[in-house]
Amino acid sequence: MGLAKRIIPCLDVDDGRVVKGVKFVNIRDAGNPIEIAQRYDEQGADELTFLDITASSDKRETMIHVVEEVAGKVFIPLTVGGGIRKVADIRKMLNAGADKVAINTAAVANPEFVKEAAEKFGSQCIVVAIDAKRVNAPSKALRWEIFTHGGRKETGIDAVQWAAKMVNYGAGELLVTSMDRDGTKSGFDNELNRSISDLVTVPVIASGGVGNLEHLVDGIKEGHCDAVLAASIFHFGEFTVGQAKKHMAARGIEMRID
Amino acid sequence: MNTIAVIDYGMGNLHSVAKAIEHAPGNCKVIVTHAKNEILAADRVVLPGVGAMRDCIGEIKRLELDYIIQEVSKSKPFLGVCVGMQALMEYSAENNGVDCLNILPGHVELFDANMTNAQNERLKIPHMGWNKVTQNSSHPLWQGIPQDSRFYFVHSYYVRTNDNNHEAASTDYGVKFTSAVAHENIFAVQFHPEKSQHLGLKLYDNFIHWDGNR
Repeated sequence: MGLAKRIIPCLDVDDGRVVKGVKFVNIRDAGNPIEIAQRYDEQGADELTFLDITASSDKRETMIHVVEEVAGKVFIPLTVGGGIRKVADIRKMLNAGADKVAINTAAVANPEFVKEAAEKFGSQCIVVAIDAKRVNAPSKALRWEIFTHGGRKETGIDAVQWAAKMVNYGAGELLVTSMDRDGTKSGFDNELNRSISDLVTVPVIASGGVGNLEHLVDGIKEGHCDAVLAASIFHFGEFTVGQAKKHMAARGIEMRID
Repeated sequence: MNTIAVIDYGMGNLHSVAKAIEHAPGNCKVIVTHAKNEILAADRVVLPGVGAMRDCIGEIKRLELDYIIQEVSKSKPFLGVCVGMQALMEYSAENNGVDCLNILPGHVELFDANMTNAQNERLKIPHMGWNKVTQNSSHPLWQGIPQDSRFYFVHSYYVRTNDNNHEAASTDYGVKFTSAVAHENIFAVQFHPEKSQHLGLKLYDNFIHWDGNR
């Protein structure tokens, strides 16, 4: 018996409110981020991730206040992503109370940024977020490429090779989101997750597509991930984090259960 | 007034340590500081830390805090957290070798890259997440914390103590390592109580009421 697998509820935050959409449309308001963070903490969440999807940069200050308030009330690890482009952005979030930052678009635009960030703040607080989509031609081997700008912009970069490169550059953890599955409730892309997790030395978080509790089990058993991230199954009250943990534990996965 | 100095040497998330102590029940004043007089005047001292050991020790020395830490670690209730625990040892293998504060006998080494668990799965590094902490002896800081409780860890290096009597807890991650040490008025943990929810806050609560004796 040893290290537990983690469940990480994810809060997409737009101008201070938690929202959730399906493939970036039909965005539904899911509530106040501080109240939701406290609810998940009480339910036994192992960590929380906040992704700032606010379009306009002048509203980004809102996110800092959200992090500050959550960090004063919730004593579990907090990751913040969205709009992290400069060393100063990282420092602001860490000072506000975040433990880790997730870097996505800025890593693709300038991979050296990941190196600089890891050297400055330590790998343990640098998560590289990878948004990947299947691009394999029929009858060819499986292949994924990374997309940026919330999945709208293709890059032509191979996702598995990119993952290995980001670990070499100092990423302490990878957050892998399947753009094909995100918001579909059809389960993680376990082949994608396994391809990455089996290759790299650092923990991998599965993201994108959770529709039921068995999908979380698959993320660990089939996707070989160290943590599973989900949003809508928790936001709209379908399941509590506690129910999810009990289900995973009953399927033989080591979990933190009080 | 019970004053707790959290030593600020520019590394990591010190504010979460301060916030957790403030959140613990009990009346105390937390100051995040690198001022020598404030550290010396405090009733209790916390040495936190994340990041690389060379930078950590470098900053401690640049701020001339090494002598202060040596002094207060002999004289008041003292809590080291994560890199703040590792820094108390003689040396660390991190960054091609760093001499540490040499307050407790032992050293710091890197987890082996080829470790596996009982199911023969390869173990990731850093050791990140909630793992069990097995208390080796009773101690005022363990009060109210059940045996084998899970705490939040994030680290790639771990402490090997040279004095088994100092080991206050151990944890399994491919290897059984020392996850807490205790010696006289010093207590230090590899995990992050400030990120370990209720039980972490309980440990801080125990610390702010600890008189430094076993």
